Amino acid sequence: MMQDAAGDARLAVDAVYRQESRRVLATLIRLLGDFDLAEEALHDAFAAAVERWPRDGVPASPRAWLVSTGRFKAIDSIRRRARFHASLPELARQLESSSPDPPDDGEGVDDDRLRLVFTCCHPALSIDARIALTLREVCGLTTEQIAHAFLATPSTLAQRIVRAKAKIRDARIPYQVPLRADLPERLDAVLHVVYLVFNEGYSASSGEALTRPDLSGEAIRLGRLIVELLPEPEAIGLLALMLLHESRRAARTSAEGELVLLAEQDRASWSQEMIAEGCGLVERALRSRRFGPYALQAAIAAVHAEAPTAEATDWAQIVGLYDVLLRAEPSPVVELNRAAAVAMRDGPAAGLALVDAILARGELDGYHLAHSARADLLRRLGGTEEARAAYQRALELARQEPERRFIERRLRELGDGPAD
Amino acid sequence: MRYLCLIYDDENVVNAMTPAERETRHRDYFAVTQEMRDAGQHVAGEALQPVATATTVRIRNGKLSTTDGPFAETKEQLGGFYLINAANLDEAIQLAAKLPSAHIGSIEVRPVVDFSQQPS
Repeated sequence: MMQDAAGDARLAVDAVYRQESRRVLATLIRLLGDFDLAEEALHDAFAAAVERWPRDGVPASPRAWLVSTGRFKAIDSIRRRARFHASLPELARQLESSSPDPPDDGEGVDDDRLRLVFTCCHPALSIDARIALTLREVCGLTTEQIAHAFLATPSTLAQRIVRAKAKIRDARIPYQVPLRADLPERLDAVLHVVYLVFNEGYSASSGEALTRPDLSGEAIRLGRLIVELLPEPEAIGLLALMLLHESRRAARTSAEGELVLLAEQDRASWSQEMIAEGCGLVERALRSRRFGPYALQAAIAAVHAEAPTAEATDWAQIVGLYDVLLRAEPSPVVELNRAAAVAMRDGPAAGLALVDAILARGELDGYHLAHSARADLLRRLGGTEEARAAYQRALELARQEPERRFIERRLRELGDGPAD
Repeated sequence: MRYLCLIYDDENVVNAMTPAERETRHRDYFAVTQEMRDAGQHVAGEALQPVATATTVRIRNGKLSTTDGPFAETKEQLGGFYLINAANLDEAIQLAAKLPSAHIGSIEVRPVVDFSQQPS
């Protein structure tokens, strides 16, 4: 009997750790005013739970218990260190007298989680630091896991996180949700971090594997958290965009690990569950009438998702959405995507004229997808020699193994292997 | 006439100093500050936190951009300084963004060392 109760308590600690550790951390950072102190306190609080819950039973509100235990452990440890450090007794007194508001399920806790997100994604931190810190503190990934995902060494990653925390402390980056006036810019910075994490998982920037599903899953989890805490149209749009891309993951690579283009994908293997959720979110974002680039990109992905075949896609609607997106956020890459949609609507010659005009401006000359898009249109128009030259240029620029193999395959199909 | 003396150090050199060298440097700084004070020539002086704490603020096309680090372009020259009081970096960034030069140049925001908060 006792043994069972103790075993149950251990399971309870594990479950609470999975569900609550990031929330408890977010509150402890606010109460203690320091990331390292809060992490240490979180660790001590769970160590105390492992020891006491099997003996005393699981407390009625585990989160409140962990926050108050962590806080007392931190004050204790500051006291112990205070003997060597002149300013610490004062800090311990301040922490003790400041009343921790009860960490209920109410707004207070959600505010702490938002504070943590906004602080980790603060634009005064470098983008690499923001990504590492967000995955570490908000998602709870280990330094080793993050290092592995970004092909960096654990020590480089650890140093990046240490530096980011030092800047937060020394430059006094506040632990707060931004003011209304700053919210659009600051939310943009948060969503940018989430999208970069997703893209690294969906289309790894280099290396052998095409995708790293764990990172995309983490980004979607983050996207859900942000929508839950701050349901702004662009946050909803980004979550929709990620789900609609993710719905095609299984179809994007063949059993041999080769890249499969959208037009050639087996649509039966798209995740209908993710598509339904993504399309619902797109509608919700568009209804707000305050939507931006993420919601528009998600709307384009939704049109693809709802088409039974590549040929039956509503290309006119996609071109129209790209027009709106270009007005919201002018970019040569968006223009290139629009040109590909125009080629589907009006034929390859119309698309080629647009792609040539974009390439003539020079900005995309180093972008392999611009050259492979041009090659594809030339191929469809029967310009084999020119298509081969364009694929060769794309091959020189492509960094990812599956993409390189895809281009080489296309070159072979044109009737000649790639020249060395 | 008032003059601003700007101090440029190699942080690596400073960080590599032994405690004794550091001590000597602090004493020398303290002595020269006292000398200027006694002569009525000292107006203000502060030590800045390391360059890793710097944030650069710019406004372009009406949009505020904040970046990590002191990446002033080499064609920009130091044109002045403001010493401000702010509760935190967000408030400091807001104030920096109000300076007209934020629109055509850039404002580097760097915390000042608070010697009263330094470990003894």
